[in-house]
Amino acid sequence: MKTSTTLMRGCLAAAAAALAVGASLAAQSVAQLNYDANPDFLTLPAGTYLGEVAGVATNSRGQVFVYTRTGHAVATLGDERTFYHGGSRLLQFDQNGRFAKEIGQGVYGINFAQQVRVDPQDNVWIVDAGSNQVIKFDADGRFQLVLGRKPENIPVRPGPGMPASGGLPPAGAAPAEGGRGGGGGRGGGTPGAGINGDTFNRPSDVAWDRAGNIYVADGFGTNNRIAKFTKEGNFLKTWGQTGSGQGQFNGIRGLVSDAAGNLYVADAGNKRIQVFDGEGQFKSEIRNIGTPQALCISGGGTPYLYSSNSNDSESMENGEIYKIQLNGTVVGRFGKAGKMPKDFGMVNSIDCRTETDLIVGEVWNWRAQKVTVRRQ
Amino acid sequence: MRRFSVCVSAGLLLCAGMLSAQGAGTPAKARATAPEIPFEIVPNYFKLPDGLYMGEAVGVATNSKGHVFVYTRSGETRLFEFDQAGKFVKELAQGTYGVSFAHAVRVDKYDNVWAVDEGSNVIMKFNPDGKLLMVLGKRPDPLEQLAIIPGGGQYSGANKPYSFHRQTDVAWDPQDNIFVADGYGDSRVVKYDKTGRFVKSVGTRGNGTLQFSTPHAIAVDAKGLVYVADRGNSRIIVLDNDLNQKAVYDNVGAPWAVCISEGPHQYLYSSNSFPTGNNFDLAATTGEIYKMELDGTVLGRFGKAGHGPKEFSSVHQMDCRNPNELFLAEITEWRATKVVLRPQSRTNN
Repeated sequence: MKTSTTLMRGCLAAAAAALAVGASLAAQSVAQLNYDANPDFLTLPAGTYLGEVAGVATNSRGQVFVYTRTGHAVATLGDERTFYHGGSRLLQFDQNGRFAKEIGQGVYGINFAQQVRVDPQDNVWIVDAGSNQVIKFDADGRFQLVLGRKPENIPVRPGPGMPASGGLPPAGAAPAEGGRGGGGGRGGGTPGAGINGDTFNRPSDVAWDRAGNIYVADGFGTNNRIAKFTKEGNFLKTWGQTGSGQGQFNGIRGLVSDAAGNLYVADAGNKRIQVFDGEGQFKSEIRNIGTPQALCISGGGTPYLYSSNSNDSESMENGEIYKIQLNGTVVGRFGKAGKMPKDFGMVNSIDCRTETDLIVGEVWNWRAQKVTVRRQ
Repeated sequence: MRRFSVCVSAGLLLCAGMLSAQGAGTPAKARATAPEIPFEIVPNYFKLPDGLYMGEAVGVATNSKGHVFVYTRSGETRLFEFDQAGKFVKELAQGTYGVSFAHAVRVDKYDNVWAVDEGSNVIMKFNPDGKLLMVLGKRPDPLEQLAIIPGGGQYSGANKPYSFHRQTDVAWDPQDNIFVADGYGDSRVVKYDKTGRFVKSVGTRGNGTLQFSTPHAIAVDAKGLVYVADRGNSRIIVLDNDLNQKAVYDNVGAPWAVCISEGPHQYLYSSNSFPTGNNFDLAATTGEIYKMELDGTVLGRFGKAGHGPKEFSSVHQMDCRNPNELFLAEITEWRATKVVLRPQSRTNN
């Protein structure tokens, strides 16, 4: 039996702690789900390492694809066209997590891994926030489609005696038509926003509807929009702009579609998931799940939405993953930010073929963990 | 002609700062009073396999078994392990995301190896087998750094006889004279003889006579006339062999690519390509390729903009050696395509 003083002190401490966690107070009341994690699920040959795991996804056969930032991003000097080489790899593993092969070695748009997704036909799609491109490979790793265009050269900040690339041509000159690339190549200004096309600015994710239409989350640059394309890759429509209202975004970190074709958008800066139909009509929003970053909808009888409240690289707060019904009801949460096995470090992708079997990709910890979530 | 590559990381930028961060080189106070200790060095202690070299050895540490780890700035930064006799054992961390510009290596009491890298701004913890156990820090976002790398390339009008500035295309006349479209940085056509000696250059930036706005492709017919795809001005300019302007064809859109077929009856093809600016509003009005007589008469057109089959996604160059079998190179879809044209009907003018 504690004394009242001790009790009082305890209450005060609890209140202070509750205040300290502030915004995540609501999250504290959510049921904790039990889970196991295997950080050594993926095995690589000697001398090959995962870097920051930006994306992880499985296909219908259980093969695992990892899009990772590794190796050096290299720029060429002594060259008129200083551009971006390398910097990421797309690796394929078998059902048991054993390395199988690399896809897309040396591909022009593989620069800064952002996401990998596998569509219902087992095509492998990568989203690259360095080249500002979305690239589709078939199940055998053959190139199929590219959306967006990589900047032809690196944007230049003016230095002494050196004009900026993308700057204005000399007075009286006709505007340059040549080589206007995606972001920053030519023409100056912020790429993308408001253009009816595939000028992406740090795209973050890709999804599809049953007809095969393509939706691109664009992204965590300045565009703050969802862009819709036919399955051939031709532009259909775009919606969204920077802001906090319905249909407005503040840094889109993830995107996933359900079987009915509804789109769940991780509107990270506004700490919510917005739900739209395939035409961009706002339907609802989900809050009290922290800052959503990685999204996934599970297969199986009852689909669930998983969303990570990923920590940023300067904190070891948060990090938990929420299990949510598609109507927005939070079922529970599991995990926390950290660097030990079972911890989550900047989760940027979740694969969830079933309600209980997840693969979680971490930027901070350079790994993907196989996670088993217990039902309640 | 790639001269030199450099890793886009903090390493590049630290060189200047390093010098100022070093000690000032002042004599130690105890230098005069401390007794001198005799010592030997072990010659050639570290033995590397052929083809492996030490660079700046900035980090060294031993583990409990006496193995020695050296973190070195070689061609690439590398982490080597040697045994207690100095014999090379293995390389650790090869190709990891964090190995960029070495600064230090330490071994903890469990014999884990910690590599401190000041290029990537991370510290990596490896177990004795080289398995990565932990990462501290975060490598900088490369895109944040790209903004300070030089690399422009815009119009200068330098007009030098033997230097180009983002030239775009080359063609030859029947006498093997060489014609160069030059290009983004200059707006001109340059003629050389077949030995490569400069003959003449015409053109400045603008939209008047003998002016170009990105001459993007060039072709020469059997009579030696020169066809310049003046893309930015949406016209083809025809020059005689001495580079005097003869004609302008301005009814086929912006010519990204031009080519002239072989044979007794030559045809001119020009692509009004879907621009690479990613604006699909322009897909409705671009993407088609025109077949023309050399005098500019349009015979027909084919294709439209798009990613799909039978669509053209920013055609950048064409080959039409055979007038009914064209090869196309596309930008915004990563492909080259062979196109077979059905024989032209007479009424298709």
